[in-house]
Amino acid sequence: MASFTLLVTSAPFSEQGAYSAYRFALAAAQAKHSINGIFFYQSGTLNGSSLQITPSNEFDLYAAWEKLSQQYQVPLMVCVSAASKRGVTTAEDAQESDNPHFSLAAPFESVGLGELATLISSSDRLLQF
Amino acid sequence: MALAMSNFAQHVSVFFMDDGVFQLLLPQDPTTIDAKAYYKTFPALEFYDIENIYVCKQSLIQRGIQVSQLNIPVTLMEFDDLSNFLASQQHVMSF
Repeated sequence: MASFTLLVTSAPFSEQGAYSAYRFALAAAQAKHSINGIFFYQSGTLNGSSLQITPSNEFDLYAAWEKLSQQYQVPLMVCVSAASKRGVTTAEDAQESDNPHFSLAAPFESVGLGELATLISSSDRLLQF
Repeated sequence: MALAMSNFAQHVSVFFMDDGVFQLLLPQDPTTIDAKAYYKTFPALEFYDIENIYVCKQSLIQRGIQVSQLNIPVTLMEFDDLSNFLASQQHVMSF
């Protein structure tokens, strides 16, 4: 069984990358491979916004990420600097910058690039979407 | 990203191709369009032991750029050698 790190740099909905990453992660986990972690970077960090409201007749990718993470214990890591400048911030970071709003919450975690380096070195493969 | 990976003891090579080569072009003054002058950080690569910096030769030619106009020392690479080069890497990230 192989182990994977996924690097998601595509925004949800505007391109297919993020959805493909989700489908890959799900298929790999179902096939008993391990997904060591999914790292969201650049526009991919928008996947971590909990303020997304998906129309009821469309696929809710945010909910799907949450379910995947819970069901298969997959860490969802969001690069803090890439996320912050896109309005994806934790309650703590929002408070520190006197911003009344935040949009990043569990199971998504706010981390630095070092976490990606650690993930990559513990995985057989790195895939970018 | 390259600096962060290098900090975690990964052996990093950086490859500039297509419009990515414009990032290395001098002179440039991104402040006139309210952008950050992050080209100034490229010389730092050397201090992080990132010495494998490659630039696609065809990408330079197509854009009329001479290697002497780039702000850091680089190794030119033929486009045709790119696939072999990438295949020899353990991990590849593209931005």
